[in-house]
Amino acid sequence: MSAALTLDKDLLGLEHLTPEQILLILDTAEPFKEVSERPIKKVPALRGKTIVNLFFEASTRTRISFEFAEKRLSADTVNVASTGSSVQKGETLVDTARNLEAMRIDMVVMRHSASGAAQFLGKRIRSNVINAGDGQHEHPTQGLLDLLTLRDKHGKIAGLKVCLVGDILHSRVARSNIWGLLKLGAEVAVCGPHTLMPRGIEELGVTFRRVEDAIAWADALNVLRLQLERMERGFIPSLREYYRVFGVTAERLEHAPKPITIMHPGPMNRGVEIDSRVADGPHSVILDQVTNGVAVRMAVLYLLAGGRPELADAAKRGPAD
Amino acid sequence: MARAPAERPILLTGGRVIDPSLGVDQVADVLLQDHRVAAVGPGLGAPDGALVWNAAGKIVAPGLVDVHVHLREPGNEDEETVATGARAAAAGGFTAICAMPNTDPVTDNQAAVGFVVRQSLRAGFARVHPIGAISLGQRGERLAEFGEMVGAGAVAVSDDGRPVVSSHLMRTALEYARTFDIPVADHCEDPALAAGGVMHEGLVATRLGLKGIPAAAEEIMVARDCLLAELTGGHVHLCHLSSRGSVEILRRAKERGVRVTAEVTPHHLALTDRACDGFETNAKMNPPLREAPDVAALRAALQEGVIDCIASDHAPHAYDEKETAFDEAPFGVVGLETAFGIAHAELVRGGDVTLPQLLARMSTVPAQLFHLPGGTLRPGAAADVVVLDVTAPWTVEATAFFSKSRNTPFGGRSLTGRAVLTIVNGGVVYELAAAR
Repeated sequence: MSAALTLDKDLLGLEHLTPEQILLILDTAEPFKEVSERPIKKVPALRGKTIVNLFFEASTRTRISFEFAEKRLSADTVNVASTGSSVQKGETLVDTARNLEAMRIDMVVMRHSASGAAQFLGKRIRSNVINAGDGQHEHPTQGLLDLLTLRDKHGKIAGLKVCLVGDILHSRVARSNIWGLLKLGAEVAVCGPHTLMPRGIEELGVTFRRVEDAIAWADALNVLRLQLERMERGFIPSLREYYRVFGVTAERLEHAPKPITIMHPGPMNRGVEIDSRVADGPHSVILDQVTNGVAVRMAVLYLLAGGRPELADAAKRGPAD
Repeated sequence: MARAPAERPILLTGGRVIDPSLGVDQVADVLLQDHRVAAVGPGLGAPDGALVWNAAGKIVAPGLVDVHVHLREPGNEDEETVATGARAAAAGGFTAICAMPNTDPVTDNQAAVGFVVRQSLRAGFARVHPIGAISLGQRGERLAEFGEMVGAGAVAVSDDGRPVVSSHLMRTALEYARTFDIPVADHCEDPALAAGGVMHEGLVATRLGLKGIPAAAEEIMVARDCLLAELTGGHVHLCHLSSRGSVEILRRAKERGVRVTAEVTPHHLALTDRACDGFETNAKMNPPLREAPDVAALRAALQEGVIDCIASDHAPHAYDEKETAFDEAPFGVVGLETAFGIAHAELVRGGDVTLPQLLARMSTVPAQLFHLPGGTLRPGAAADVVVLDVTAPWTVEATAFFSKSRNTPFGGRSLTGRAVLTIVNGGVVYELAAAR
């Protein structure tokens, strides 16, 4: 690994990362996995750093995962949720950015409903910005934790056949997965109703497959959450039919020629996009994804803070407080 | 900039005079006297007291005409006023512009039309011709009083900014407008198909995770409007076409003899949806920037005359409105001060059209379509003239605009082609400092 290899100031998405940068994050995450297995889950790597978790959109899993990652690295954190904050009182994104900057923080983790919001913030403040999901654009740490989980399970990403199933159109998770998987040499397919497929998706280098084809082909399925509002807005006629036509069910998986790794970014709609028997089945790595999420986020925070990857193992060994 | 006393004659000497209305393209002098074009020809003598302006090496042409601008007055005077817009127009070489009625309140009655006329006369600079609303409040329900608005100075009607959703309303507007011989200008967009979209529906939108507006949203309404113009015999003018599909529908309608005309903006001729990369809000406009084949089709249609004219769709917005996430930014870009430079740099230097063709599409033709004074140097015509420098390079600096707004996608571009002298009604309304 080149000593000069680093990340940019912000982590906005996987589209503009090099394969080497993605591998750097995954490799840096490895030593951090062990921290969460200790009785005292804390290392001093980010001691004295202040991080704001700025969530303009509701999130449980991602927000908590980031918060654990920050705390296990000994950073000082502040959580801002949109409800009750100045944002709800009409403050613009640019004013929010300036106010944060004025408080001399080190990093911002942001989720926002508008695509590009993280880049907007990153251009305007000196602090590092980590995109925790921007609109329908990217969710890079989710993409990274999915890659780490696949690598853990299969030993490598290159050559893996991975199919994203469901609402690709509205999914930032899908976009980050597509970029990350393609950069690391996986074959990627998408599957779902055509009403939920974005224009030109195949030009990104992925193939479209029907559910049965996908199951016959794939090493892993990443089943995306179907936002219930998609039905109300007319993209699909009913959840019942969605489950029957596109749901990843145990019956469908019986036809698979080999065991298929099952992933889901959560939160799951059991009985809508995924059958409970599949989600809870022997090939599901859904909870491994959650565990890996903390390690990946620790790695991203550590690297953006200027931590040297070759010292990540040592960094975690120091006395905590 | 003070307007020169109109009674002082102006003699423009030795320029390359291009008048598409008369098919003139020759080195000659142009004499303007008593608010009129007095003579065009070689070796004209200067009357006593005349301002003699050496136009050697420059282009002398009928002043540019823009049938589609937004001036924001009344309602959003922090973004633009009739006066600042008219001044920006003059600096861009325009001697006449048509102000869209989507102000606050909407310009949908004779008093509101008269207000725009009065503000324009007070300001000087370019002529500002109001366009009245098609429907009261642009709500798409009841027709506005076309007759009274025309009486007060309106030159066309439009609900621009919004499409005319009801085909019945569009039909009656086209029929009713025939009485007054005015065009009905339509912003072609199927609102249900475009709902929530912020840029062209294509690969770039897919990558950025932004909701797209398919080209079909425009084309459906282009087709409808052509059919309704055919049904009614009215004159429909299609605003700011953006897609190759629209061009084909328009071409077929014109071949059938339908009274349909159309405009295209400089930005749709110069940019693609790639300009939105990096969530660039100054590339957010409606209709959206589309793909390279669309740009090629628009350029070809302009050259052939299938698209009749260039219009800027000058849409000023306060700087902080564009300083936000792409979804939240308003649609639109300013264009008056870059329109000629972009069109010249992209189309003439690019070999798509000749300079006389470009001047036809930016002056003579739009003046004819909307029955405006100007667009010609025929003796006796209004003394609305522009002198253009098409050789000296210049760089677009938004901070130097006369417009109150800075929302341009062309900031920093190096262009050739700009107005150095603009004359309206026989008086100088703009002169580039370095021009003489």
